[in-house]
Amino acid sequence: MPTSLRYVFRRLVQALPMAFAIVLLNFLLLKLTPGDLADVIAGESGSATPEFMENLRRLYGLDIPVHLQFVNYIQGILHFDLGYSFRQGMPVGELILERLPATILLSLTAILVALVIGVLLGVVAARSRGSLLDEAISVVSTMGFATPLFWVGLMLIVLFSIELRWLPSAGMVTVGADYRGLWDEWLDIGRHLVLPAVTLSLFFLSIYVRITRSAMLEVYGLDFVRTARAKGLTEARVVIRHVLRNALLPIVTVTGLQLGAIFGGTVVVETVFGWPGLGRLAQEAVFSRDVNLLLGIFLCSSFIVIVVNLAVDLLYAALDPRVEVRQ
Amino acid sequence: MSLSAPTHGGMPGGILQRLMRTPGLRRLRGSRALLVGLLLLAAVVAVALSAGLFYPGDPRDMAGPAGTWPGADARFPLGTDMLGRDMAAAMAHSAGTSLTVGIAAAALALLVGIAAGVLAGYFGGAVDDVLMRISELFQTMPSLLFTIILVVILGPTTASISFAIGITAWPQIARLVRAEAVRVRRLDYVDAAVTLGMGHGRIVLLHVLPNSLAPVVVAASILVAQAILSDASLSFLGLGDPNGMSWGSMVGAGRPMLRTAWYMTALPGGAIFLTVMGFMLIGNGLNDLLNPRTPVR
Repeated sequence: MPTSLRYVFRRLVQALPMAFAIVLLNFLLLKLTPGDLADVIAGESGSATPEFMENLRRLYGLDIPVHLQFVNYIQGILHFDLGYSFRQGMPVGELILERLPATILLSLTAILVALVIGVLLGVVAARSRGSLLDEAISVVSTMGFATPLFWVGLMLIVLFSIELRWLPSAGMVTVGADYRGLWDEWLDIGRHLVLPAVTLSLFFLSIYVRITRSAMLEVYGLDFVRTARAKGLTEARVVIRHVLRNALLPIVTVTGLQLGAIFGGTVVVETVFGWPGLGRLAQEAVFSRDVNLLLGIFLCSSFIVIVVNLAVDLLYAALDPRVEVRQ
Repeated sequence: MSLSAPTHGGMPGGILQRLMRTPGLRRLRGSRALLVGLLLLAAVVAVALSAGLFYPGDPRDMAGPAGTWPGADARFPLGTDMLGRDMAAAMAHSAGTSLTVGIAAAALALLVGIAAGVLAGYFGGAVDDVLMRISELFQTMPSLLFTIILVVILGPTTASISFAIGITAWPQIARLVRAEAVRVRRLDYVDAAVTLGMGHGRIVLLHVLPNSLAPVVVAASILVAQAILSDASLSFLGLGDPNGMSWGSMVGAGRPMLRTAWYMTALPGGAIFLTVMGFMLIGNGLNDLLNPRTPVR
């Protein structure tokens, strides 16, 4: 399939300038930061002579012109060398890789929860359009958008961890737990996952409700739905096979577009629940004013957004025959 | 010149006309959300303006016994926090901070977004390409992280926080305005202005800009809501202006007391929710009111 291969290639080429712009932005922010690496190291070691500082700057390539520093910076990134976090005592790249799986688990679960509940509510709202139920769902989804996530998380902790004692309030595993097998461990992680995932899902939930509702209303009146009804299909089949299927495409697109926002959400939610992911790492970096680590997290999460959106676009082309794969 | 006369002040005139044309049923529905939103906003503004009047002292001063529950002591209707500071006073004084940051950030985003959108839509071509690629960049990256980094670098002040929030929020406005400007650019009165020999600057300012602003009215209110939420998140993470009080930082401060005194967290969080909800409802109400395609329910 040379045409689709060419499409893949073209989208890849389009994503590259974006990646470059992110790297450039990151570098500019690094240069904007008051105090360079030499200042940081000197600050950590307590005192420093001007000669010592000069040696440090030479050692880390900070004494050469800025554009050459940028070339070095890009070379570093290509080798996944994102610098060193002196606060954490570890290379930034390693820290990020260590924390990434927890964030992926949390985000995917949250998106899944939001997808299931959001689409369901959206379908119900569209089916009962104009009724009190529709109005109630609309109000609730607006409320979901207007509530600060960290506050929802804390209130859920009060209700489910402190008052009802159903679910753990912090961390990813029970401290000092003695697991009898993998299943036991997964169950424990699952119990810890419920509250943060539900909290994070709130953000997406209201978006999904709106999209599903409007996408369904849009196709409800179209000919192919009438045809499906005329064929005598059950209402459930019409909704699922014909109407909802068309609503799924905008949902996939929006999920890709909002991925950057979900990284923002994880910073807050992981802070509330002590979830050991990238967001928590970012909060630790904020706390110790570790700009280098923050920039590393920013760079990596931006790249993830670019890659996922690339994948979404390609998936879109595969899902929807109307997307033209031009020569 | 007379050719352009009917378009002057196109935005307010347009809104008014649409209001007149709105069927009674829809107007009622639209104004219900609008009414509740406006009432909420009025309440928050009233609290912000009268905070100094009712609580003239520094809200950070100790006022009574620490950890008084709301309702337990008539002097402190909303209780006191872990340092014995009056919750009601602290919350009232925080209202102004939230509104200031929210409105300042939204104003910056509007300014940049409208300028970029009009220029991209009017000139098209390379200007459009460059501006839209930049806006894509801002929409791709995790904006809260970017805001956090800017605030860490610039230092947490009300001005830097507003700047850092506003500078990430403009692309959505730019895209809205651009779409309108592309449409307006093709209209006869712009051609007429070109024929009359008007310069680009004059055409953009007098004709394209005022007629591209209608969708911004709704977006502006949602923008303030989002900015207030971002500001609350920053304060919660400990990146608020250390010289002022804010609801977000109150939630953060109350967090260790969650087990014994959850009202310290619940109350300021509820204040954020009501304020943001106010702006969201105003936006939704305006949307129902102004959007001619909104189905009559």
